[in-house]
Amino acid sequence: MLDHLDPVILARAQFAFTVSFHFIFPAFSIGLASYLMVLEGLWLKTGSGLYANLYRYWLKIFAVAFGMGVVSGLVMSYQFGTNWSVFSAKAGPIIGPLMAYEVLTAFFLEAGFLGVMLFGISKVGKGLHFFATCMVALGTLISATWIISVNSWMQTPVGYAINAKGQFVPAGSWLPIIFNPSFPYRLTHTVIAAYLTTSLVVGAVGAWHLLKDRTNPGARTMFSMAMWMAAIVAPIQIFAGDTQGLNTLEHQPAKVLAMEGDYDPSPNGAPLVLFGLPSNAEGRVRYKVEVPHVGSLILKHDPSAPLPGLKDFPRDKWPPVPIIFWSFRIMVALGFAMLGLGLWSLAARARKRLYDWPWLHRAAVAMGPAGFVAVIAGWVTTEVGRQPYTIYGLLETAQSHSPLAAPAVAASLVAFVLVYFAAFGAGTYYLLRLMAKPPEAHEAEPANMPQRAAGITPAPGVGAPLPAAE
Amino acid sequence: MGGIDLTIVWAVIIAFAVFAYVVMDGFDLGIGILFPSFAVGDERDQAMNSIAPVWDGNETWLVMGGGGLLAAFPIAYAIILPATYPLMIAMLLGLVFRGVAFEFRWRDPRHRPLWDVAFTLGSVVAALSQGITLGAILQGIHVAGDAYAGGWLDWLSPFSLLTGVALVIGYALLGATWLVWKTEGQAQQHARRLSLGLGIATFAAMAAVSGATPFLAYDYWRRWFAMPGVLLTAQVPLLVMIAAVLFFWSLRRGGEKLPFLIALALFLLGFVGLAISMYPYVVPRAVTIWDAAAPPQSQLFMLVGAVVIVPVILIYTAWAYWVFRGKVGTQGYH
Ligand code: HDD
Ligand code: HEM
Ligand code: HEM
Repeated sequence: MLDHLDPVILARAQFAFTVSFHFIFPAFSIGLASYLMVLEGLWLKTGSGLYANLYRYWLKIFAVAFGMGVVSGLVMSYQFGTNWSVFSAKAGPIIGPLMAYEVLTAFFLEAGFLGVMLFGISKVGKGLHFFATCMVALGTLISATWIISVNSWMQTPVGYAINAKGQFVPAGSWLPIIFNPSFPYRLTHTVIAAYLTTSLVVGAVGAWHLLKDRTNPGARTMFSMAMWMAAIVAPIQIFAGDTQGLNTLEHQPAKVLAMEGDYDPSPNGAPLVLFGLPSNAEGRVRYKVEVPHVGSLILKHDPSAPLPGLKDFPRDKWPPVPIIFWSFRIMVALGFAMLGLGLWSLAARARKRLYDWPWLHRAAVAMGPAGFVAVIAGWVTTEVGRQPYTIYGLLETAQSHSPLAAPAVAASLVAFVLVYFAAFGAGTYYLLRLMAKPPEAHEAEPANMPQRAAGITPAPGVGAPLPAAE
Repeated sequence: MGGIDLTIVWAVIIAFAVFAYVVMDGFDLGIGILFPSFAVGDERDQAMNSIAPVWDGNETWLVMGGGGLLAAFPIAYAIILPATYPLMIAMLLGLVFRGVAFEFRWRDPRHRPLWDVAFTLGSVVAALSQGITLGAILQGIHVAGDAYAGGWLDWLSPFSLLTGVALVIGYALLGATWLVWKTEGQAQQHARRLSLGLGIATFAAMAAVSGATPFLAYDYWRRWFAMPGVLLTAQVPLLVMIAAVLFFWSLRRGGEKLPFLIALALFLLGFVGLAISMYPYVVPRAVTIWDAAAPPQSQLFMLVGAVVIVPVILIYTAWAYWVFRGKVGTQGYH
């Protein structure tokens, strides 16, 4: 039975599954690392125990999320070889060095300072500890930069030549490869997405505890900080998404047409399709609800500017439209919901009801997971929209895979699904349990502080690494 | 850069990364392998705490080895990973369990025994897969036209199983001697007893693997035993013998750091032996490092970064170890 399965479909499913799982953790840890840096900085500056407690509270959560990010990321770096060996052999000379720089400049930095950040509060001075936190936060951002550069190059490949072995090699300078045309847009949009995702989680946790006890000082502070972030960043994200769409229209028009659901060319201006059921087989969107001319207004900033349609492209080069059409709408809808939450929090601030408006808090709790959903929906749009290519316009997915046997890929896919749900399911449960506890005035350090676990009274200096909250 | 062969430079850098991984994550995995033999409670906690602050950095060398291979020798990466597909997947899944157990066991005291089992199983599976992979590479991979051309179970053979078990034993030795260094009291005495047994087992395993390798292919035989090369290659087993004597002597004399350092030296000798068997192939008898090499532009671009950044990495890694120096035991770190 297994032999009837297509190993390429299985390999794609496996890559999509593992990378989507992986990205859930960075989306949170990139933002959280920066948040921890801010909290510790505020603590050092003001000396207020409130920030020290919030730092400890979120540090425990960070440790769990970061661990899962590391192990799921390790899987990714080997998936290129196991499942996409032809792609690796051909694109290795270009994407390999970029990823090697990611290891050298980011992963070692994160890992090297993580131990001190988690366990070293009482072993190094405050300043040095803050430095470690900063290095971890910086590492997550550097990591995002390189890997997004790699991914963007696959979307908008430039600066390459093809050698005798059929490999992509740098044609000259590395700069056009690193700073390829879609890289700045993609990096901005993804890093903001991580900040937004984190602010929604922090805001949801704060709101949850405010609903129970609106005087808890830790909950108030984290809710307020998170809502500032959401209010400021959500509109920027929408703007960034819009400019990215324009960039994609320039370089990958078929993808944008798939997102918009435009099968037919629109010489007099494209409508904005709000909803509908796209069908590649019929080449049209069924049951569509559309607003005339708005599509061109958004993409061309001119209501009657002509736009091509998917039918201008060969049919076998169409991406799977229904997936992209819907994943794009989910992302955009959530983006506007986030904007709404941000504006609501501003209104609550103006009316001095930020901490006692239960409906605002309930909305913030409901929006807690929205960032993760939007982030995955965004990546699905980007990646599925790149189909049928792995390197856009140059290397087809169907020619990128390893010489694989379907049973081996099927078995490993099942193993990944089982292990990920077991391990990361448990991890998510632990995260939720940590978040369900209100931030306390004497927040403990992570439970596995090496000094403590030995079960012995703390050595001198261990007792009072951080001041208690007022 | 005239005169310097970038490809050789990169072969050395990647060999260094792999070696760094093997010895550093080796003692982490070794502690995982030995974990069930530690008493529940204080002894297990000490063992875990002795590696908690550093395991992530240690594992990063694995990413460096894999990523470096992709970047500098993409064709080798594209041959070896499909050839060892089930092993790679098993190793990654093992490392998932091993990695999450560090945090989860503290988060959930009720299920701590469960995460301890996951920690051990993950470590054993990862170590075994790595060892079998080594054997699979040594025994040869079926290559046609720069791509893997075999089936998905080609790697399985008595020889590769032997190298698998040998590596598990070797990692366990690293773990046990690391604990001799980092613990005290009961836990240390236990680690010392383990080190003795594992030392004997490791030497036996090294002898078995070294004895079997020359029989895999005539090429290996010639490298090791033909004159005049044998004058050089014979030094390796000789040094191993000296290391063996020193090891048992230091263990009996109550040495604390020396057993671990000698275990490291043993791994280094094993690694040198491996290099003698393989050079200049990256996939033995099929693909040389030059066949697999990325173009010079790619190798040069990375080299610039590696030369500057690797020393910095080594400095702050050393600093992180230094922060957590001393015994983990009763007093906490000093
Ligand atoms: C936008 C950000 C981003 C994206 C698109 C990816 N990652 Fe990632 N990755 C991170 C951001 C990140 C991070 C924030 O740097 C992580 C998350 C948690 C962590 O430990 O570092 C990380 C961890 C991480 C690790 C473990 C590093 C360590 O040992 O410390 C590896 C090997 C990878 N990733 C590899 C990949 C690969 C091969 C990807 C593509 C398929 C990928 N990541 C996508
Ligand atoms: C973390 C964010 C990412 C997510 C959530 C993501 C998501 C996906 C998804 C859903 C697919 C499957 C598409 C399909 O087969 O229809 C895919 C494929 C793929 N992606 Fe990404 N991706 C991410 C980052 C990256 C990065 C950074 C790279 C490159 C370094 C990359 C390289 C690939 C490759 C090689 C494939 C396989 C070929 C294919 O099926 O298209 N992805 N990704
Ligand atoms: C209304 C607002 C938004 C618009 C117009 C928008 C637009 C876009 C577009 C056009 C793409 C596809 C890029 C490509 O062509 O490859 C994209 C991708 C993406 N979006 Fe959005 N987006 C919006 C909101 C959000 C939100 C709220 C999040 C998460 C919190 C998010 C996260 C992502 C991610 C992670 C990607 C994939 C990475 C990338 O290509 O940058 N987006 N977005």
